[in-house]
Amino acid sequence: MTNNIHNILIVGVGGQGVLLASEIISDVAMRSGMDVKKSEVHGMSQRGGVVTSHVRIGKKVYSPLIQEGETDFLMAFEQAEGLRAINWMRKDGIAIISRSSLVPAIVTSSKKFTYPDDAVAEIKKKLAKVIAVDADKIAAELGNPRLVNTILIGVLSSYLPFDPNLWIETIKSLVKPKLVDINLTALERGRDISHETIHT
Amino acid sequence: MKELLSGNEAVARGAVEAGVKVAVAYPGTPSTEILETIAERHRSVYAQWSPNEKVAFEVGIGASLGGGRALVTMKHVGLNVAADPLMTFAYTGVNAGFVVVSADDPEMHSSQNEQDNRIFARFAGIPFFEPADSQESKDMLLAGFEVSERFDTPVMLRMTTRISHTKAIVELGEPVNVPERKFVKDPAKYVMIPSNARVRHQVLSQRLLELRKFSEETEWNRIESNGSPVGIIAGGVAYQHAKEIAPDFDYFKIGFGFPLPLERIRKFVVAHNIVLVVEELEPFYEEQLKIAGIHVEGKKYFGNLGELNPTRVAQGFYDAGLIKSVVRPEIEAESLFPRPPVLCPGCPHRGAFMALRKLGVAVTGDIGCYTLGMLKPLNALDTCICMGASIGNAIGIEKVNGSAKGTVAVIGDSTFFHSGITGLLDAIYNQSNVTVMILDNGATAMTGGQEHPGTGHTLMGAPATRTDIETLVKALGVKNCRSVDPYDYEATLKAIEEETRNPGPSVIVTHRPCVLMPKRIMDEPFVVDLELCNACSACFRISCPAIAASSETNERGHPKAVIDETTCTGCMLCAQICPTEAIVLKSKFVAA
Repeated sequence: MTNNIHNILIVGVGGQGVLLASEIISDVAMRSGMDVKKSEVHGMSQRGGVVTSHVRIGKKVYSPLIQEGETDFLMAFEQAEGLRAINWMRKDGIAIISRSSLVPAIVTSSKKFTYPDDAVAEIKKKLAKVIAVDADKIAAELGNPRLVNTILIGVLSSYLPFDPNLWIETIKSLVKPKLVDINLTALERGRDISHETIHT
Repeated sequence: MKELLSGNEAVARGAVEAGVKVAVAYPGTPSTEILETIAERHRSVYAQWSPNEKVAFEVGIGASLGGGRALVTMKHVGLNVAADPLMTFAYTGVNAGFVVVSADDPEMHSSQNEQDNRIFARFAGIPFFEPADSQESKDMLLAGFEVSERFDTPVMLRMTTRISHTKAIVELGEPVNVPERKFVKDPAKYVMIPSNARVRHQVLSQRLLELRKFSEETEWNRIESNGSPVGIIAGGVAYQHAKEIAPDFDYFKIGFGFPLPLERIRKFVVAHNIVLVVEELEPFYEEQLKIAGIHVEGKKYFGNLGELNPTRVAQGFYDAGLIKSVVRPEIEAESLFPRPPVLCPGCPHRGAFMALRKLGVAVTGDIGCYTLGMLKPLNALDTCICMGASIGNAIGIEKVNGSAKGTVAVIGDSTFFHSGITGLLDAIYNQSNVTVMILDNGATAMTGGQEHPGTGHTLMGAPATRTDIETLVKALGVKNCRSVDPYDYEATLKAIEEETRNPGPSVIVTHRPCVLMPKRIMDEPFVVDLELCNACSACFRISCPAIAASSETNERGHPKAVIDETTCTGCMLCAQICPTEAIVLKSKFVAA
């Protein structure tokens, strides 16, 4: 933490749910009485491009943008995107990386570019605290690929100083009623993962 | 009551609190959500999409003259389209309050340029407010209406992407009481024939003197004193970045940005050892201060390209000797493959670009999702200047080159209604041999699928008369007009080939809904028969996000293709160009 601000960077590919994730985190922060700003760019980036959301939480937040090198928590919906954002991290920051990979057409259609063989391993070379999550697999087990979002939030939630009930309340208010129960299960699964990681 | 709102949502909320009667716009990133939010959550305010920003602005003028507060919103380049009414409305002034939101896009996250529209306000001679967060976005809209009515002037609320699209906590207010106004005939004020306009130009000059006095007094320009020898002059998001880096400096926070409170700033500067102006894009404040003989620096340390961020501001402070160190990233950036935005799986524009690439014709482009047709590996677009430019550009190229292969203008349905119609009229009038492809996907897609005159619905969801593109095109005088299914690759190819050979202007219309619209096109996905796939990579080159390299390779080690069944829409384009017929409907696929 810098100046008592939690800097959370959420990255992924257009359509993966980055914006909803940052919405939930920001809402929890507001409910807990903190100041919060979240910033992202809409428009062209939605069409399969990189999506980045900055969430900053603290007593008083000025800039909506994190300074490069000052990120406390990185949440990546796609592992190569996690690696792409690595320079935004503090060395002692925590990275929560979904092990999913999306290889773009520009890589498959040209020999000029390659997709990293193991992005999570690359991230681990640079950061001590990395939690790689088989979020796609867990979401599939739970029966809905869209739950990746909530699973990752579950992991992150154990590291933020908010009452666990606030996460539940927020999910209840932002998610469609029939999807509330399964999202709460996904949140719990995420929390379990972070607990296991802390103890091992 | 507090809510987490983006700058745009806050402006929408402000419209309710300010008693706005008419809100009007053409969609454009980063401004679009203002009117969408009004239509979704604040239905007491009448909101509409107009075909373009000029019409939107003119509707707003009419609403103001009619006696209702008017809010007109647009992206920065939209104000170029609306510049004609703006420049003269500054002369006439308003009846009820009028605020135009200009949402600028420093860094060009989703735009073709990064012009600084604060300069437009000064050019037109109208005041502007520059909010630094969501709370100010709402509150300054209300203040804008007060200033508009008190000084009889249109007012600009100048936002930027980082204000429009940043969510922050907003304390909501109650709707204010707005005095009733009626339309009053006053030709000397509103009919801008030269003799009247000469008088009104004097009024405008006098008004600016009054506004300068207001600027000296208003709380929207405020000093934050921390007893520092260093003073910072900043507004908008630049103020936030500066506060982040150096909260203990003294600040002259500008909220009312034109005319500037020169005398207050002069005193502030004299009282400090060094004063820097931190502003994004042009040296708008800095130049005016320097002209007034006030000793400040700014662009020397921060540059005038792209958007500012805390890192850039810290570097500027460091270079000016104001701070002793800057944060350096501890971990180096990775050099990775690029991930540019691409046309969606099943996007109906893809077929058109596959055909255009194959024919190798000169292709003038326009503004919309289809601008993505220029990116690798489609490489099928040669120009993109501004809304509606494709047709005029094609006419010009054809007049000079008379290219044997033909010149094709590519324009979307919403962009055609916005400003393509007059270009087509030119092609007809001047007997140009251009071929115009109107890619009709039934939405203003790039900004998120908004309604337009061709969709049959208004912003507020009411049914509307649908303007039929072919009927319009034929009425303008186009003799060669045909429609083609862009999912039928051969037919699209043939249509373009034939029409580019036809003398005179031709129009080809493709009708397929945007794949992001609620209704899916075809439900069944395609799959790749790996026995038949020879790894030729033809399907990779159509740039569909649903097609990826499989782990299986051919004898030379080239990857075969695999289709992601959850994102494939079944558009069939890849199946049509696969030379080995390896791409088949899932239900027709029989595993060996």
